[in-house]
Amino acid sequence: MASNFEGGHEVWADADAGPVVRPYAMTRGRTQPIGHDFDLISLVTSIGSIVSADVGLGPEHEAIVKLCWRANSVAEISAHLELPVGVVRVMLGDLLNRGLIVVHDPVSATEPTPDDIYDAVIDAIHKL
Amino acid sequence: MPSTSFDPRAGLPAVPRATKILIAGGFGVGKTTLVGAVSEVQPLRTEEVLTEAGVGIDNVDLVQEKSTTTVAMDFGRITINDALVLYLFGTPGQQRFLFVWDELALGALGAVVLADTRRLRDSFPSIDYFEERDIPFVVGVNCFEGAQRYRTEEVRGALALDHEVPVILCDARDRGSVKDVLIALLRHAQTVAKQRREAAGSPTIPA
Repeated sequence: MASNFEGGHEVWADADAGPVVRPYAMTRGRTQPIGHDFDLISLVTSIGSIVSADVGLGPEHEAIVKLCWRANSVAEISAHLELPVGVVRVMLGDLLNRGLIVVHDPVSATEPTPDDIYDAVIDAIHKL
Repeated sequence: MPSTSFDPRAGLPAVPRATKILIAGGFGVGKTTLVGAVSEVQPLRTEEVLTEAGVGIDNVDLVQEKSTTTVAMDFGRITINDALVLYLFGTPGQQRFLFVWDELALGALGAVVLADTRRLRDSFPSIDYFEERDIPFVVGVNCFEGAQRYRTEEVRGALALDHEVPVILCDARDRGSVKDVLIALLRHAQTVAKQRREAAGSPTIPA
């Protein structure tokens, strides 16, 4: 069972051992998202709010929706919510299937990068 | 009904898309420092839980720290404009995490291999990886205080790099210096992309 006791001194695992709750418990054991492969830099934007009657969604889903009113990448969602990327992907699949988010995949995951992308990035870095 | 899948031709509202650059190199060479020097946010950390397959290829001889079930990546963000965001990903240095690189490398504009002249050997796996996959990269020689300075040509020779791979002396803590490295990478990557389009015989399509 749980490896730390509330208020007690007996702590078996420090932060280095990873989360006490197995990460995929939050996805009820699911390790693959349904309906979409979410790249680390796919950008997620919320377009709807969670209805409280939706029993399939938990507080982590709500946190994602709240975070993504401004576009955030999958990697950023994982970092801000301190959840492994794999867990975030499953939850994003849930949200996508309910029409609560839109996902914009990266510029060039499979195709050559358009030439003007290089120019835009060089310009922007010059101005930093 | 809201659209939930992205169609590049559908002309959806101005939601940015993203692109990325990888920052590779040995453990402790300054990858996260470099990311932090130019990122608009403090470098963030994301974690991927190792799969069974990943655990299976574990080689204990290569593990410098205690064994762990997660692999962490530090990254930063630069908003280019309303339509484009750039992410800089520090790649996990150890060889046993190479499977994570395959996902990171997919679609990357290119990579910076950060090298320390006192431990050049640590940058070999990164260089091999990008050479084998034809991913454009530059070598940034992080000039640590106390380390002997070498000329870029000496480093190039020691790393057996192709003559077209840029080698730049840099300071991973210094924003101006890191900007120079990134711009050198982007110019190099743009040239490589152009050469490939020409070699493929397809006309350049102005975007």
